[in-house]
Amino acid sequence: MAGFLLRRIGGIAVTLLVTSFLVFGSVHLAPGDPASFLLGGRSASPAAVAAIKAQYHLDDPFLVQYTKWIGGVVTGDFGKSATFRQDVGGLIAARLPTTLLLIGYAGVLILVGGLAFGALAALRRGVVDRAVLVGTGIATATPSFVAAIGLISLFSVQLGWFPAFGNGGGFGDRIYHLTLPAAALALTFVGLLARVTRTSMLEELGREHVEVARSRGVPGSDVVRRHVLRNALGPITTVTGTIVAGLLVATSIVETAFGLSGVGQLLVSSVTVKDFPVVQAVSLLVVLAFVTANLVVDLVHPLIDPRLSHAKGGGA
Amino acid sequence: MTAVPLQRRRLLAPLARIAGGDKLVTAALAVLAVLIVAAVFAPWIAPHDPDAVDLSATLSGSTPEHLLGADQSGRDVLSRLIFGARTGLLGPLVVVIVSTLLGMLIGVAAAWHGGVVDSVLSRAMELIFSFPALLLAIILVAVFGVGLTAPVIAMSVAYAPYVGRLARSVALQEKARPYIQAYKVQGWSGWVICVKHLLPNIAPLILAQSAINFGYALMDLAALSFLGFGVQPPTADWGAMINEGSPSLLQGAMLPALAPGVAIVITVVAFSIVGESIADRVARREQ
Amino acid sequence: MTTRLLEIENLTVRLAAGKAARPILDGVSLHVERGEAVGLVGESGSGKSVTCRSVLGLLPEGSRASGGVRVDGEDILTMSSTRLRDLRRRGVSMIFQDPRASINPMRRIGDFVAEGMRAGGVPQKDALKRAEELLESVGIREPRAALRRYPHEFSGGMLQRVMIAGALAGGPRLLLADEPTTALDVTTQAEVVSILTGLRAERDMGMLFVTHDLELAAAICDRIYVMYAGRIVEAQSTEGLFSRPRHPYTSGLLAATPRLESDQPPHGVPGRPVSLAEAPSGCAFAARCAHARPGCTEHEPGPREIDGAQVACLRAEELIHD
Repeated sequence: MAGFLLRRIGGIAVTLLVTSFLVFGSVHLAPGDPASFLLGGRSASPAAVAAIKAQYHLDDPFLVQYTKWIGGVVTGDFGKSATFRQDVGGLIAARLPTTLLLIGYAGVLILVGGLAFGALAALRRGVVDRAVLVGTGIATATPSFVAAIGLISLFSVQLGWFPAFGNGGGFGDRIYHLTLPAAALALTFVGLLARVTRTSMLEELGREHVEVARSRGVPGSDVVRRHVLRNALGPITTVTGTIVAGLLVATSIVETAFGLSGVGQLLVSSVTVKDFPVVQAVSLLVVLAFVTANLVVDLVHPLIDPRLSHAKGGGA
Repeated sequence: MTAVPLQRRRLLAPLARIAGGDKLVTAALAVLAVLIVAAVFAPWIAPHDPDAVDLSATLSGSTPEHLLGADQSGRDVLSRLIFGARTGLLGPLVVVIVSTLLGMLIGVAAAWHGGVVDSVLSRAMELIFSFPALLLAIILVAVFGVGLTAPVIAMSVAYAPYVGRLARSVALQEKARPYIQAYKVQGWSGWVICVKHLLPNIAPLILAQSAINFGYALMDLAALSFLGFGVQPPTADWGAMINEGSPSLLQGAMLPALAPGVAIVITVVAFSIVGESIADRVARREQ
Repeated sequence: MTTRLLEIENLTVRLAAGKAARPILDGVSLHVERGEAVGLVGESGSGKSVTCRSVLGLLPEGSRASGGVRVDGEDILTMSSTRLRDLRRRGVSMIFQDPRASINPMRRIGDFVAEGMRAGGVPQKDALKRAEELLESVGIREPRAALRRYPHEFSGGMLQRVMIAGALAGGPRLLLADEPTTALDVTTQAEVVSILTGLRAERDMGMLFVTHDLELAAAICDRIYVMYAGRIVEAQSTEGLFSRPRHPYTSGLLAATPRLESDQPPHGVPGRPVSLAEAPSGCAFAARCAHARPGCTEHEPGPREIDGAQVACLRAEELIHD
């Protein structure tokens, strides 16, 4: 287990190193002079040019620039934003709570909705199953921004139940403001999780040990909980890695669609105004969050399936 | 009375044959056929010039003149929808073709050579996996500027491992079969065996994956256009139309933003139905 | 006369689901007395497993059953689901063929053994204590540690012992064993059989032992039923069956069993076993029977009593196989 953990963390370190190298190096791929690119094409005073050159150590050889930059990143120094004239770290920190709340909210919706619809379809074959299949088929094909406009037009414009824009103040009001965005973010993944849950549960329902449990007088609900759902958790856990990756990126779309000032929206607006230090920092964070989530999935999986805890390494 | 259904049946007959008699798959193929026709013959089909402004119709709902209404600039939504199918389908098409070729090359090479080649290529695919496709596209847009080029390149790279992983595992299975060994013993070169015998055998599954990827690429590219990074206004494009149309939502005009949204959903559903039915058929044939 | 522990009377099961509609069992009758070990022998597809599972009310999906399956006089087929659940917990339990598939791989051994007791309302602590004793009684070393281990850490034979422990947990009067040793290797089979028979005798349980192995059934059981194509073709005491088989199918099975004391090589029953659905009219075995007459394919022979044996063969009196 310790060896496996070390190897996985080593793999993550390599991934992050390569990723950061690419993210940093991409500045030099851009057409034109890196300094003016980093200034986002804004006409800048010689002082500003000198500042950006100093910040990125642009007069040093490339590898030295990278080493100095990554040294800063490791200590939490992502440099200064070209537009906000503020520390990138501070910009992100100010927006992180909104984004985390949004992802957490959507995560709860995905988990509850996905498991409930999946289980419902697996246990109630026939009309219910077919309805869930159609519904999830449409849900997985609905990108978050389409879900966003659909929800806004129905719940904000037609019914007027939820606000279409803004963050809200105070916890309750924030949750209220985040309801439609979280639903838009969750929809496609609810479909995905429900599909995986259904398939996985149907497979388990056909297994001998489920019939054995029934033959021993275990009540139906316990059989479903202890044998069917429990055993179906393996594939469900695996798909959460995919879901997390999708969620992280989709926040930028949903935050833009609902005018929420979160990290995703910061990424989008920074790309628009070519504020590259911010783009670099957010990209790295997203990749970090993604690989961490996958590590957690890999660590949790043996807890769910005891057969894996003795397997050597865990291959992938 | 009976003439119309008969004619319709004749039109759908070839599609139904391809679909193997499955009604859902026939419908999905029909949707795709309509889309392709709309994209190719857009100038002849569209009732209006997609960029023509009719200020008197601005944000009108459905009228006989503008069946799906007009947007905030008074442009005909239906015509823009029809023209939007062009960028909507072209972008994913390029992504799917490039990523499929790239993925097959990587996957088959990894499976065929094994050893160091396999582990290097597999590591590389894992690395790309840890980079969400949309994020890669956004970074490339930040570097190279807005437009379809950077996102299409980013997605071609980001989608390749999905095909690559599948191609590798299928190719590994095929490689272990006796017939490949027999060709090797006969002294055929690796390239010839791969192209003439291995590829045709793994192609159906790859095709299924590519059809599903087409839907995802369409969603991702439309999302980028929605963010303003992909197709630029005033070009008619579904993602860009939603972007332009969403402010009008609050004024009660649903069609300019909802119509392209529905078009995206229907297209993606159609592609996933086709992809899954191909995968099902492969699975059934294997049994 | 007191009621019998298990009485199956004229049990007929058919699949009624659309295109798959077909008969599975036809008029099966058998009984098990208190403390008695009874064998149910037949080739695969003969319906012996369906018969056995019907005692727990586990019928194939989409099937319809008629007749009676009574445990202590109570009919399983018409029982309320609450009563049935209670019977499954305490009255009747079953040992399944493949322990690897029958025990949930994701739950601890202790969970499996205690599950039936927990469902019956026994507190967790008491149930685990009892599970430990049961594991010890089936010969699991370090039973306390075993409670916390997972199925994949055990061999097939050890897992089948765990299964037996689980089956004994509710203190059943009737034990159903559905080919409990088929999935095990030969040396383990003997161990499992001896544990099973020892505990059965010790606890004075009735047992219905389903197997395709006539020799094994003879070693364990007092009486044996022979099944062919969804019907019982012969029933008599183990001794009688081996010394004087009445049905040509039984003698065929006996001839197919290798024996140490015989210098003749075993020879199989010619032809392929059929299921009830494929069986022609009349005697289902007629097509494979060396003694078949034209009359055999006309009507189905009902079971008749001959010298204490039940036989379903038109020519049972003429043909005495010894």
